[in-house]
Amino acid sequence: MHSIPGRRVIMALFLIFLLLPIYWLVNMSFKTNAEIVSTMTLWPHSPTLQHYKRIFTDESWYSGYINSLEYVVLNTIISISVALPAAYAFSRYRFLGDKHLFFWLLSNRMAPAAVYALPFFNLYSAIGLFDTPWAVALAHCIFNVPLAVWILEGFVSGVPREIDETAFLDGYSFPRFFIRILVPLIASGIGVAAFFCFMFSWVELLLARTLTSVHAKPIAAIMTRTVSAAGMDWGLLAAAGVLTIIPGALVIWFVRNYIASGFALGRV
Amino acid sequence: MDKTVNQKAWFLVLPVFLVVAFSAVLPLMTVVNYSMQDTFGNNQFFWNGVGWFKELLDPSTDLGGRFLASLGRNLFFSMVILAIQVPLGIVIALSMPRQGWTVAACLVILALPLLIPWNVVGTIWQIFGRPDIGLMGYVLNHIGFDYNYVSNDVDAWVTVIVMDVWHWTSLVALLCYAGLKSIPEAYYQAAQIDGASRWAVFKAIQLPKMNRVLLIAVLLRFMDSFMIYTEPFVLTGGGPGNSTTFVSIELVKIALGQFDLGKAAALSLVYNLIILIVCWIFYTVMTNAGVERKAQAEKEPAVEPKLAGALQPAPALKPKEGVA
Repeated sequence: MHSIPGRRVIMALFLIFLLLPIYWLVNMSFKTNAEIVSTMTLWPHSPTLQHYKRIFTDESWYSGYINSLEYVVLNTIISISVALPAAYAFSRYRFLGDKHLFFWLLSNRMAPAAVYALPFFNLYSAIGLFDTPWAVALAHCIFNVPLAVWILEGFVSGVPREIDETAFLDGYSFPRFFIRILVPLIASGIGVAAFFCFMFSWVELLLARTLTSVHAKPIAAIMTRTVSAAGMDWGLLAAAGVLTIIPGALVIWFVRNYIASGFALGRV
Repeated sequence: MDKTVNQKAWFLVLPVFLVVAFSAVLPLMTVVNYSMQDTFGNNQFFWNGVGWFKELLDPSTDLGGRFLASLGRNLFFSMVILAIQVPLGIVIALSMPRQGWTVAACLVILALPLLIPWNVVGTIWQIFGRPDIGLMGYVLNHIGFDYNYVSNDVDAWVTVIVMDVWHWTSLVALLCYAGLKSIPEAYYQAAQIDGASRWAVFKAIQLPKMNRVLLIAVLLRFMDSFMIYTEPFVLTGGGPGNSTTFVSIELVKIALGQFDLGKAAALSLVYNLIILIVCWIFYTVMTNAGVERKAQAEKEPAVEPKLAGALQPAPALKPKEGVA
């Protein structure tokens, strides 16, 4: 009763549709450039690791991955740590302007990055953070903090209020209750929220590219630059692309059991 | 369960307020400031009042023409995307395996496109669609289609849409799957006893239970497709001609390409306003749905599934989260 006729076929077809372009990228990353341009081959006939070798030995390439990971991790930590208390407040209390504040946060999640590119450039240049991971991490907060609040609020609301009351009766202070009782209870929610912050910070390019020039350049920006300058080094481009998929794939594997509820932002 | 009134809760919200205000309000003030001025470079600014806004909304001027054309293209794009992704996402969610290792495998593969950086998504399809080195372009050309997304408007559009379907249908599918999982087994058993058809089960049980997540899905997809930038920019660069130039691409062209700060700022504000209005409708509908749900829950508390957070059984809280 749960599912529809022919579901295996539909699912299989859709998964093939999802995987085929990715396979093509992986396939190309193991080919030599001569093979890519000259013949159409479904798998690499003379497999090579030269593109990967180049990325891992050339600092201008691998530093891009480090830069990207740096601001993604910074952003995830900032977002979760400011969002947790707020999520608790929104879930448990009513206060002056709470609904408006929540809407205002939400509207920032929806704001187009293109609108903010130029003002951010001015702002972070003025305070001397331009071209540091902090600039990108703070800029990404504009969509990640609201999202984290939204997800965590759903999970905090799932914790019965009696638990708070019992803890306070037992003489727990608020910070101690928060760290010792609440955080462990919504651990899976924090995992999901962190996953989303990681995801949206990792995939965003427009702001990351605008706010960096040399020292903190993300891998995505390095890729675009090389494409235009080096006259289409397809194999290298494909290898760099494959390497950007790996962190995401690893993260998904760890949170796979929570993906479904996480995507519903904790409020199915 | 009513919330208690406590103004001290503001202290808990304060960090979020400060962080977001820093990255949202300050830049927005700059935008408002620019939108009223004109510049001829050299950091010299001249007062222009509402001139840019008038021009923006008048299709006979260059700025207005470009803005309204890209807005039209963008709205059309969003509609097509929703019309394909929402039904497809529901079908995929209904096709999910029921148990076993295949569930995890499907979830991981479904989520994979969502975690690929957006410019890499563009790159993947740029390569995949090329007639000379890409599998799709090669096959299409060899079975008789004259397919070339670089020079043909229709092909460019089809490629951008297929790319977006590839990229984001999983989000709709995962949301719907989460909704379906919250339906208690008893509902299905009751339907079976009543001898309900497959279609009746879908219409009377599954669709209403997915209402809320579908709403989230539709609005997230609308918002994100309405501000799409990176993927079509990498794939087609807005071309051929201007045929795939969406609002964000136009905006970045004006702001960072021509450095026409006044025009760009005015465009930003109007763009933001449209988003804000849609967002407000979204929020209102969502909160109303929440109130109705609560009212319903009070009527029949036994069958109403709890919030997802509470749905996790206790052992599931084991630390798996440190990784992210």
